[in-house]
Amino acid sequence: MTEIPEHLLKRAAAAREKSAEAAPAAEAPAEAAAPSDSRIPEALLQRSKAAKAAKAGGDAEAPSAGGAVAVAEKVGAVVAAAPAGGGVPIGAGPGGHTQRLLTVVKSGSIQDVKATPVDKVHTWPHLLAAEFVAALAMTVFVTIFSVFVHAPLLQLANTNLTPNPSKAPWYFLGLQELLTTFHPMVAGVTLPGVGLIALILAPYLDRNPSNKPEDRKFLYGLFTVFLMFWAVLVLIGSFFRGPGFNFVLPWVEGLFFEL
Amino acid sequence: MAKIIDDKPRPTVKDRVNTAVGDVQGSQAWSSIFRPGSIFRKGYTDSPRNRSYVIMNSVLYHLHPVKVKRHAVKVSYTLCLGGLSFFLFILLTVTGIFLMFFYRPEATAAWNDIQNLQTSVTFGLLVRNMHRWGAHLMVLAVFLHMARVFYHGAYKPPREFNWVIGVILLTLTLLLSFTGYLLPWDQLALWAVTVGTNMMGYTPVFGQEVRFVLLGGAEIGSETLLRWYVLHVLFLPFVIVIFMAIHFWRVRKDGGISGPL
Repeated sequence: MTEIPEHLLKRAAAAREKSAEAAPAAEAPAEAAAPSDSRIPEALLQRSKAAKAAKAGGDAEAPSAGGAVAVAEKVGAVVAAAPAGGGVPIGAGPGGHTQRLLTVVKSGSIQDVKATPVDKVHTWPHLLAAEFVAALAMTVFVTIFSVFVHAPLLQLANTNLTPNPSKAPWYFLGLQELLTTFHPMVAGVTLPGVGLIALILAPYLDRNPSNKPEDRKFLYGLFTVFLMFWAVLVLIGSFFRGPGFNFVLPWVEGLFFEL
Repeated sequence: MAKIIDDKPRPTVKDRVNTAVGDVQGSQAWSSIFRPGSIFRKGYTDSPRNRSYVIMNSVLYHLHPVKVKRHAVKVSYTLCLGGLSFFLFILLTVTGIFLMFFYRPEATAAWNDIQNLQTSVTFGLLVRNMHRWGAHLMVLAVFLHMARVFYHGAYKPPREFNWVIGVILLTLTLLLSFTGYLLPWDQLALWAVTVGTNMMGYTPVFGQEVRFVLLGGAEIGSETLLRWYVLHVLFLPFVIVIFMAIHFWRVRKDGGISGPL
């Protein structure tokens, strides 16, 4: 997006304020000038009236003033045609100059300015410093945590000795929890598959253009239920399932959970 | 004579250091390393122009634009979750490469290698712990990043496709974590993966075939270990890096991060 520098924005705001102060004074003369468009200078209006009159006259006596008609029709050729007509060209102003104001293009009538000013800051230092601090804090946290808490390493893998309970990694424990209720195909394939496809399609199904929380109450509720559903299943699978994947209370029978 | 020499003050230690730093920073070698605009270059001053050059003239320009929306740098908006996911990936790559030096993906050697790593290798236990906890944290960070993006409605046009890439990245993150889970070859690894892959076998039509290919047999064994090792250290990182590149590129092409609300 095009960006307008801050100092220019300030200057524009100041100018707007100034013109707002001057506006009441300027309104009166503008009304007085009605009904003709006050933005077209009086001299130009007179000139075009004269040209129209001359053209009408020219039509009446076409054979004698053919050159003049051509000039009036082809404004761009005014200068070239002037000698043919003889004397001062029709389009000439009071001072005899031959330029004409063809049209006044108001800003925004032809160019469609889509860019709106965005308040921006420099990536360095504002963003990079924050990222650096976040990365550093994460490194410190992981290192210190790793000094005190050790990753599990149980006995050598033994295909003949099934631990009770056998649990999947924690992020799959929601699925394993579903397995207690549903057929494996439903719990392990259908439900996660539907969830994944729903996530992928979310931006195409959600036709609401607003990103304001107050406009998206239904989806906020739906997504929160979705997240809580999995979070609760994972928590139950992690902490409330013991031998035989039966329901246990962790404060009674202890933890059956390894990360 | 002595008086004239004393008139000229002897350079203080600070002056000497400043001169030395200036000489180093002014050298050809130094200026060849740090491009114009680098904060390490001689004569860097904090000005809007130089702030732009810091990004424009560094490799970071591939990742960040020169300027970002003011609300985009608010930690309370992004919670740094996307950036931290990426940083954790880097941390996991670094610690993972360290672990590869001490690990053989064979059923007879893997567990012993981990045991030796923990007991006989300098910092071996620490680095393994960092890799393990970093992996769990990355799953968590990617998941929370997705929730943050959803709650901000940041998947709405023009960012729909980048959300799809994000879902793929979440899936790849889970697969990376899951393939790594098997590698210590202990009881936890073996049976967690058994539970996971048994479920996979119930996929209609081609479930058993996919399971056979992934396990390198009907049951988990030495072949599985080798396959999952290659998936974990080479194949999946390769794929996820490609998707990450597209993800980051699209963030910029879609006009920076979304919002403000």
